[in-house]
Amino acid sequence: MTRLSGGLIDRSQTLSFSFDGKSYGGHPGDTLASALLSNDVRLMGRSFKYHRPRGPLTAGSEEPNAIVELRNGARQEPNARATVAELYDGLNARSQNSVGSLRFDLLAVNDLLSPFFAAGFYYKTFMWPKAFWEKLYEPMIRRAAGLGSLDGQPDPDMYDKGFLHSDLLIIGAGPAGLAAALTAGRAGADVILADEDFLLGGRLNSETHALGDTSGSDWAKAALAELASLPNVRVMSRTTIIGAMDHGIYGALERVSDHLREPAPDTPRQTFWRIYTTRSLLCAGATERPIAFENNDRPGIMLGSALRSYANRWAACAAQDVAIFTNNDEGHRTAEDLLTKGVRIAAVIDSRADAPKTNRYEVFAGSVVTNSAGRLGLTSVSVRLANGETRKVACQGLGVSGGWNPNVHLTCHQRGRPQWNADLAAFVPGGTLPPGMRVAGAAQGILSTAGALSSGAAAAVAALSDLGIKAKAITLPKAEDTPFRITPLFHVPGKGRAWLDQQNDVTVKDVKLAHQEGYISVEHLKRYTTLGMATDQGKTSNIGGLAVMAEMTGKSIPDTGTTIYRPPYTPVSIAAFAGRSAGPDFRPTRLTPSHHWAAQQGAVFVEVGMWLRAQWFPQAGETTWRQSVDREVLATRKSVGICDVTTLGKIDVQGTDAAEFLNRIYANPFGKLAVGKVRYGLMLREDGIAMDDGTTARLAEDHFVMTTTTANAVGVYRHMEFCRQCLWPDMDVQIISTTEAWAQYSVAGPNARKLLQKIVDPAFDIGNDAFPYMGCGDITVCGGLRARLFRISFSGELAFEIAVPTRYGDALMRRLVEVGQEFDAVVYGTEALGVMRIEKGHAAGNELNGTTTALNLGMGGMVNKKKDSIGSTLSEREGLNRPDALCLVGFRPVNHADNFAAGSHLIGKDDVANAANDQGYLTSVAYSPNLGHTIGLGFLKNGANRKGETLRAVNPVQNAETLVEVVSAHFIDPEGDRLRA
Amino acid sequence: MIIPHPLLGPRDSQEFTYLGDVSLIDRPDWQATGAVDQFHDYLYLRDNPAGLHRELWFHEQGDRSWLVVTRDTRTHEITGAELARDVARTKGRST
Amino acid sequence: MHDLAALTPLGGATAKTETIGAVQIAEITDRALASVTCRAGQAKAFATAAKKLFGGAMPDPGHWTAGDPFGLIWTGPDQWFAEAPFASHEDIARLIKAGLGDTASVTEQTDGWVRFDVTGATVVDLLERLCPVPVRRMQTGAATRTLLEHMGCFVICRTTAQAFSLIAPRSFAGSLHHALSAAARSVA
Repeated sequence: MTRLSGGLIDRSQTLSFSFDGKSYGGHPGDTLASALLSNDVRLMGRSFKYHRPRGPLTAGSEEPNAIVELRNGARQEPNARATVAELYDGLNARSQNSVGSLRFDLLAVNDLLSPFFAAGFYYKTFMWPKAFWEKLYEPMIRRAAGLGSLDGQPDPDMYDKGFLHSDLLIIGAGPAGLAAALTAGRAGADVILADEDFLLGGRLNSETHALGDTSGSDWAKAALAELASLPNVRVMSRTTIIGAMDHGIYGALERVSDHLREPAPDTPRQTFWRIYTTRSLLCAGATERPIAFENNDRPGIMLGSALRSYANRWAACAAQDVAIFTNNDEGHRTAEDLLTKGVRIAAVIDSRADAPKTNRYEVFAGSVVTNSAGRLGLTSVSVRLANGETRKVACQGLGVSGGWNPNVHLTCHQRGRPQWNADLAAFVPGGTLPPGMRVAGAAQGILSTAGALSSGAAAAVAALSDLGIKAKAITLPKAEDTPFRITPLFHVPGKGRAWLDQQNDVTVKDVKLAHQEGYISVEHLKRYTTLGMATDQGKTSNIGGLAVMAEMTGKSIPDTGTTIYRPPYTPVSIAAFAGRSAGPDFRPTRLTPSHHWAAQQGAVFVEVGMWLRAQWFPQAGETTWRQSVDREVLATRKSVGICDVTTLGKIDVQGTDAAEFLNRIYANPFGKLAVGKVRYGLMLREDGIAMDDGTTARLAEDHFVMTTTTANAVGVYRHMEFCRQCLWPDMDVQIISTTEAWAQYSVAGPNARKLLQKIVDPAFDIGNDAFPYMGCGDITVCGGLRARLFRISFSGELAFEIAVPTRYGDALMRRLVEVGQEFDAVVYGTEALGVMRIEKGHAAGNELNGTTTALNLGMGGMVNKKKDSIGSTLSEREGLNRPDALCLVGFRPVNHADNFAAGSHLIGKDDVANAANDQGYLTSVAYSPNLGHTIGLGFLKNGANRKGETLRAVNPVQNAETLVEVVSAHFIDPEGDRLRA
Repeated sequence: MIIPHPLLGPRDSQEFTYLGDVSLIDRPDWQATGAVDQFHDYLYLRDNPAGLHRELWFHEQGDRSWLVVTRDTRTHEITGAELARDVARTKGRST
Repeated sequence: MHDLAALTPLGGATAKTETIGAVQIAEITDRALASVTCRAGQAKAFATAAKKLFGGAMPDPGHWTAGDPFGLIWTGPDQWFAEAPFASHEDIARLIKAGLGDTASVTEQTDGWVRFDVTGATVVDLLERLCPVPVRRMQTGAATRTLLEHMGCFVICRTTAQAFSLIAPRSFAGSLHHALSAAARSVA
């Protein structure tokens, strides 16, 4: 048990947790990694490709190695980083990517076969034979590559989303971020301070430097207490800013409940925030990078800064003797801190000849670590001294400090490129940042604590000044201000494998091989070797890979280039992006006025866009949908049926130019439509293709109500606004949707009038003379309720549509059913509606399918050439008016017992069924209970002149074909006697 | 993305739908000679600039205004937004 | 008098009111609504007639004004919604049209919409989870249409940080109520 003294953990409570089935104890404030290290567990996983034993390299979200599976059952979560997984009582974690046990991984054989797994191995090996891919190679690779697993059950947790607005978003709550937040917060600006950690303060919590007369962590604590008291400041812990999007929009993932065994009731597991901010300040700090050497991936080898974090913040160190390997002064800081904590320092191996001298520990100046030993964890390192001798140093821990990489990631999200800073031997933010962004502290390459504080405060003042807000930098405490000294060293040359990218198992050799094989662009190198393409996005490996590449090409690192970073900064689960839009809440649902009644009747519903419409109404004894639909159709045509048609778009059109406006948007004219009359309209797109159709009623000289199809209601309205605002901006026409203001029901069938007469107030004559086909008018029903009546028909029967204010829609439906009993009235759904319109030969969405013209639809004559209307000019194009143009006609099976399907293609009786012989296709097919056989509508070349011809309806998808006869599209009442009755 | 609505200030582009080049305002005269060709060019021929692009956006989930937004296609920077109705009038469109 | 019973947008016989945590979500059904659009070239005559009828100037973009009996909400260029008590103004469109004559187009909207009044200490936290407009910064008198869980919806600030009205197409009533109550539980 290696718990050191001190630390920011709560020793008064012990949390028990398990790893690979074994129980351990930790404390609040621990991460899974710190708790395991304090229990002397260094081995936490196996590597991706070679199944090498691995322990944590880092103490943060950049971790490539300590990747584990958390929780069980439906909440099982793969690929979690032990270094940021907050410990809770009962946490259950397992290592992943091992076959057998973590200590004896059967696939560790891959490590011995490593010569076969070099860069490009998969590309080269699994090319042939082709047939092996699906059955053998892919399953094998997938199994071997198993990075964790899921349980397969649906995620039981809820995910939320939200929208926040700020003047200044500060990303990172280390010294720079806290100084900025205090400065901006005290000035009264709307500030959001977000940090991915659960304990804010950044490296103030990991270092031992004092700020003024207090410790760094205490200073951070006091700053946070003040920020919490400011109503204009929102401090968001456990919140990662994952991306800088266009125009000052930032994505933020708040892990609301990840640190709990399970979320509290009604509380989200995570919340995905969209933050709109006028200014942002990136204070994301820097990530230390390793130095590659042979076998540099053994458990126990960590970044020096991570060793300090574990020792200072978490009081954890899984080694009695620790060696340090460094190319800068940070290594000595690590040695001092560990010594203070009582850890023995085996040696500090400093690659610089001018390494600082001390008598507190042994320093090997001008020396490098060349190799390491220890099967499941480090036992010793080999050191090549300045004089060329090799010495073995026994140690269980090695802290490697290769320099700091500023966390420039978010500065690249709008394609900004970082630039090289030779003093730091690192990339710092470039000149092009996302609009409104500034960078401060270590993220800007300012590595001292004092520099972080002052740059943070100054950046906040500047950002607010942009917004016209006066701010004064806070008084800063005296803080560490040592200059950073580094002599770059990225890898130690050697024969064995030296890891660059530990998560994707990419070594120095792989990069060299890629270069030998001609990959000279960094982007190609990355893809060929997969360097930096794991879930850590190469936070600890990219620069190392680049340095090796630069060495190979003989160019400098900045000339070699850099890959840029993309969102997300750290992985985000799909569930968080989805938020509440999952399952039945995937999108909202629109209910019709008769929905509650229909649900009580046991209606089967169908989704039509967002609407739920009754599809049919099963009755007792009916076992198939066809029985219900056939009954509804037959009863309607025999007597009367009622259908909710509220979903059709209704647009109120008013103004002195309303009639002219309709003239322009419809192909056929509306100017002479009389008040009290309804007309069918066909709307074209500007290219002459049919867009929508519907009926328009003239309620007054300057007042129309038009209808659209359910599906096109939104698009037609948008189109009309375009015409009104962009094409004819001075026309006096006003439009507004009234779709939902009126509950509208179709009442169709020979007894439709008789039924309506039961509810229409006696003052209104709806007889055939007073209220003929295509008439409309305001009436009252049921003793004085305002209603609109339209005599229009989609079914081909005598039919009306009656509309009442929506709140009375439910009651009206119940009343119609009640008074309809004496006529054996039925209520029918969308299926019966569809059958009847096919029987009548009315075009609908299947026919207005975005490829058909008025001519194709048999309505060529409706396109009025004496006026300007959208689409009329281009509908004259030659290609749309060929003699063999498709024409809407009807089809019936030659043998009435036969079936055919919509989508079937029409082929000549003796022709081969191929595209060259294609004569057209079927669009709508139904069984007609009135005719007793299948009927169809479809488009046939020159169809109008081919009635009586026999063709084959070929359905290659179902491998079926049927002999069909070309007939009129009007299967029922072609003369229209019924609807005029 | 954020669209700077001329009446309502900055608004999330989620509230908008996109149509395309502002030249869609320039609908030809149906009675002009060669009207079919003019309509063809109007409908199908567009510039595709790398740089400033004036384009039509509809504030569908907002005030139902059509806007002409000037956007740099290389950076997404938006440098202006006007009511399309006003733009149409300056282009000489009326009734 | 007719004998048909009205249903609320949520499908009840009476309006639904629910308290979750610190917020109350109330379905409002006692208001009549009509759209009022100034006709082309009539701006001056409309302003005069509107002032006489409504008792004040029409609100500017992004705003609403209270009044007795008519509250007014800006909904688009030259377009407003007028609201008034349903009991006295069920025939709101005809009443307004009579007052504005040919200066405006008026359309009945009463039953086209569902309105929820959401009030209470955490109302801003709730709305922040649903819509992209800056509800925390909205002042009394602000009104705007935006997108709320994929539903077009007016967000009307009745009292800064305390009381908002949400008005969405009526057919969305159930989904909107579900979104509001789920968010209310989330911030409770």
